Amino acid sequence: MNTKRRSMLSGEIVKKAILDSFIKLNPVVMMKNPVMFVVEAGTFVVLLMTLFPGYFGTEGRVGFNLAVFLILLFTVLFANFAEALAEGRGKAQADTLKKTKKEIMANKVTGNSVKVVPSTELRKGDVVIVSQGEMIPGDGEVIDGLASVDESAITGESAPVIKEAGGDFSSVTGGTRVVSDRITVRITSDPGESFIDRMIALVEGAKRQKTPNEIALNTLLVSLTLIFLIVVVTLAPMADYLGIKLEIPVLISLLVCLIPTTIGGLLSAIGIAGMDRVTRFNVLAMSGKAVEAAGDIDTMILDKTGTITFGNRMASEFIAVGDTTVETVAEWAAVSSVKDETPEGRSVLELMKKEGYTYPTNAVEGAEFIEFKAETRMSGIDLPNGRKVRKGAVDAVKAWVSAQGGVIPTDLEQKGNAIASEGGTPLAVAVDNRIYGLIYLKDTVKPGMRERFDQLRKMGIKTIMCTGDNPLTAATIAREAGVDDFIAESKPEDKIAVIKREQAAGKLVAMTGDGTNDAPALAQADVGLAMNSGTTAAKEAANMVDLDSDPSKIIEVVAIGKQLLMTRGALTTFSVANDIAKYFAIIPAMFMQAIPEMNVLNVMGLGSPMSAILSALVFNAIIIPLLIPLAMKGVAYKPMSSAQLLSRNLLIYGLGGVIAPFVGIKLIDMVVHLWV
Amino acid sequence: MAILQLVAVIVILVFLVKPLGAYIFHVFSNEPNRTDKIFGPIERLIYGLTGLKNRAEMSWKRYTLSLILTNVILVAVSYLILRIQKWLPINPNGIDNMESTLSFNTVISFMTNTNLQHYSGETGLSYFSQMAVIMMMMFTSAASGIVVAIAFIRGLTSKGKTLGNFFTDFVKAHTRLLIPMAIIVTLALVALKVPQTLSPTVQATTLEGGTQQIAIGPVASLESIKHLGTNGGGFMGVNSSHPFENPNPLTNVIEMLSMWCIPAALTYTFGRFARNQKQGWVIFSAMLILFVSFLSIVYTSELRGNPALNALGIDASQGNMEGKEVRFGIAQSALFTAVTTAATTGSVNNMHDTLTPLGGLVPLAQMMLNCVFGGDGVGLVNMLMYAILGVFLCGLMVGRTPEFMGRKIEAREMKLVAIAILAHPLIILAPTAIAFLTDLGKGAISNPGFHGISQVLYEYTSSAANNGSGFEGLADNTTFWNVSTGLVMLFGRYVSIVALLGVAGSLAAKQWVPETIGTFRTDTKLFTGILVGIVLIIGALTFLPALVLGPIAEHLTLLK
Repeated sequence: MNTKRRSMLSGEIVKKAILDSFIKLNPVVMMKNPVMFVVEAGTFVVLLMTLFPGYFGTEGRVGFNLAVFLILLFTVLFANFAEALAEGRGKAQADTLKKTKKEIMANKVTGNSVKVVPSTELRKGDVVIVSQGEMIPGDGEVIDGLASVDESAITGESAPVIKEAGGDFSSVTGGTRVVSDRITVRITSDPGESFIDRMIALVEGAKRQKTPNEIALNTLLVSLTLIFLIVVVTLAPMADYLGIKLEIPVLISLLVCLIPTTIGGLLSAIGIAGMDRVTRFNVLAMSGKAVEAAGDIDTMILDKTGTITFGNRMASEFIAVGDTTVETVAEWAAVSSVKDETPEGRSVLELMKKEGYTYPTNAVEGAEFIEFKAETRMSGIDLPNGRKVRKGAVDAVKAWVSAQGGVIPTDLEQKGNAIASEGGTPLAVAVDNRIYGLIYLKDTVKPGMRERFDQLRKMGIKTIMCTGDNPLTAATIAREAGVDDFIAESKPEDKIAVIKREQAAGKLVAMTGDGTNDAPALAQADVGLAMNSGTTAAKEAANMVDLDSDPSKIIEVVAIGKQLLMTRGALTTFSVANDIAKYFAIIPAMFMQAIPEMNVLNVMGLGSPMSAILSALVFNAIIIPLLIPLAMKGVAYKPMSSAQLLSRNLLIYGLGGVIAPFVGIKLIDMVVHLWV
Repeated sequence: MAILQLVAVIVILVFLVKPLGAYIFHVFSNEPNRTDKIFGPIERLIYGLTGLKNRAEMSWKRYTLSLILTNVILVAVSYLILRIQKWLPINPNGIDNMESTLSFNTVISFMTNTNLQHYSGETGLSYFSQMAVIMMMMFTSAASGIVVAIAFIRGLTSKGKTLGNFFTDFVKAHTRLLIPMAIIVTLALVALKVPQTLSPTVQATTLEGGTQQIAIGPVASLESIKHLGTNGGGFMGVNSSHPFENPNPLTNVIEMLSMWCIPAALTYTFGRFARNQKQGWVIFSAMLILFVSFLSIVYTSELRGNPALNALGIDASQGNMEGKEVRFGIAQSALFTAVTTAATTGSVNNMHDTLTPLGGLVPLAQMMLNCVFGGDGVGLVNMLMYAILGVFLCGLMVGRTPEFMGRKIEAREMKLVAIAILAHPLIILAPTAIAFLTDLGKGAISNPGFHGISQVLYEYTSSAANNGSGFEGLADNTTFWNVSTGLVMLFGRYVSIVALLGVAGSLAAKQWVPETIGTFRTDTKLFTGILVGIVLIIGALTFLPALVLGPIAEHLTLLK
């Protein structure tokens, strides 16, 4: 994704967020967040008492009440600001996307004629023709032709991708540009429901629904708020019985300090920012629920090709047969590959370089390259001196050599089988009627995969590799990559079977896929990550789409899901733990005048009752903006066992939550006490 | 030496937990076992007589409904008996019918396992009422609590949508647990000189030549179930401080262990059902840690005595003996106070009103938490509710949707837990505030000032926690107190039972989540700490302001 969209905070977003925090003061909007609604109601009451002191009999306390009012107001504004900021960042992304959604003219095919219509008039099932340089007018499927398409508007990836009719690369997205050739596309979405439309709605947060965990946590926060409401309301008559008159602003201050305003103010920002982190990562989650579910994943099903391995077989070793030396094999292998542009051919030359072998470059000047054909199953080069060099499938090369009257080395068969049994592919190298040796082609595991699977194991996630390879090859790759389990010779229905089996055991399963035949499995999985390059069916079935089409990103998505839940838990714990210190600030302050002995409870040694209450309130307010960066970025997360994670987070946010306000309130009091 | 008495009782308790807990597990696991031979025929007879043919497993709704309807019927019958006891048999002392609001308060009080007594047993109840209402309810309310715990445990630990059959559980709780244990304890108490007779009061001539009526009756049998069932309603007005109810330190220890053993053992039963004994011990440890902390406060505070009296130069070596029995001393009194309010029994062997302020804070605090062992069954359920809360708060911090016993804790469970957790402070603090707003409430206070706050707070806390002990000193047999505490007891008992059985039902129907290394474990020392912390933070944060105005202010002003 381009750098503009990535920018964390621009002045504009902040300005907009400040404005929004005032607009959000509207009580009807505020009701959605009961914790902050209570604060707002309290603010309003204190405002009335400040404005009409005569009516409430609070003439002597106007200054104090005004201070309480202002702090309460800022508490609400800070919470609104956090939410507005998170939303603003989403909107900024949406705006960039909207720019791609210009009016496009489409060449609609009706019968035998082609009519130019605006893209907004296209309906599902319409057929359009898109030529070089034109924008694709809507989401659809290529039904004819082949073209390279620039999808950078969605993916940020500048290299064009090939789209062709049939197969797994047939889906195109509206707003992307055809850079070469021409395709016929059948439109698959009505206006307003296209991929980009949905993407805009999602990042804007317009359709944001509370996730299950958010609802559960909100219930807890509301009940804590109600409990403290009961505590504060009932305190007044009890104190009254003892002849202690508790003023309403003081009671409201106690209430606001006790209810979980910190997490209440940051909760929706955490959710929005979590989604945003996924989007910034170029993964489009269809719902917050999907991101949350990602944190709970127990089993991950990964395709071998493209996810765990590069998918191309790479030369990893030269093996001599008969009485030749390895150097000779390498030399001829290189000669055969010098004009070979296939990945296999490239990898032979790379291996040469790596091993430090050389080959006579002048010998191949003017040579003729023989392309790989399905019938011959060989490729190679015909040198100007008449020699023919070939490399290819062992039996094909054997047949070719035998036809020229050559002798097959006795150890060829056995060495070839040895490679096959290890999961590799042997390529025989021959010149004219002599077989020199073998190239060991290996499916190479992407660097760093082993470490990532180790991390997943630490997180308690089991990995299953799916591959069409035979069990031997599969086992070799599985061992090398360090996955926990594998399914060899897997068919699409095997994936569903595995998912169902795991789900029956209560596990949550994530998988990636791109092909149409992956769609049922993607739908069955709890978290299905489809590749943007994949078919429309796969994308429809999945609950996440990776715009970069990098299947291994599922691992990061899981980490983001976990981080989202952790951030919520950590800030809730912090918020609740804060209450201890606030009690020690406000309770003695409330009763100190009537019961001087209460000073024993003033463990922080706060200057005066008034400054104690104000300091606790100020701490309660400023902790919200101080924690906004944490809510946005999420708490630091490194894969480790749950026991370690818990001890670490409990120490930081639990114990820290107990201690921080003692220090914070004391420091604020030292300043506030200068005035009161 | 005194501390040794405390330690010895705790050690005996710890040794009782495993065998009793395992026994309770076998009673309710519904697997065939050796005791079937003894109890099976009796139970089949009961099933036959009551026409209980359908003994299929019940959904949580059906189970809860059966429990409540059974309780309602028992309440109706008992109310009737109290209102017409004068004309019923076995009334040798000619006790009159009970007044309506007091009858209401009394039947609610006993059905809810509270046993708050606004009457005095010797003068307010006939022997028939003592046995047919009081003792009957002492069994049935305890059995109700125990089956709630069993159903809750089943919900947490078993697969399927059902929680067992209420009626068979209810019958078995009597036949296999409460009645056999009550017989053993009764015999032990009789051997230790607690009276057990149907004769009328004994008339004695005092040294001055006056006559005195000495109350006796079927005391031992009531005493046994009063404690085993964590009931607490005494035969005599002064409860277990009366020499006929609790004649010596040995009966004192027996009574303490009787009320303590079932709530403690149920933690082990939970471990057995969960097939994870550590899980049970984690719950037990959290309870014991809280208990020992509270016990140390009340013990040291009573030992130090009243600072105001000490300042006058009165010999303080005995500690604060006001309102305590000399035969028990500080240690046995402090322990009894701690046990009876932890297990929410509510029997007393000393007057809690005359405890030092900090000493008096302990029974109050334990009843406010209502999960330090707690009453038969409900204590465990409350503690497990705190465990669910702890899992929800801290479980998120491992980056997964919180799980407890392999089940996800989601919005539905949190809503029900929220109801249970809200109800407790609401029914304690709201009526307390109302009492202070009206003269009807304020008029009953005998000691104005901070102690008055404690008196009222104690009355409602004791009712809400279904404890039933009185701080005494409160003139509470008035319509206002009878009705208000009656309602508090009712809500205190059934709101949380219904809500938490709902949680159990909801969890039972959930898909199990297998345990992995990424799972938040709840059978570790760390979780014991979290549990203690959650109980203290939620409990302390809720009630601290009220406590500050009551016992804490009283303590601080005494120090001056």
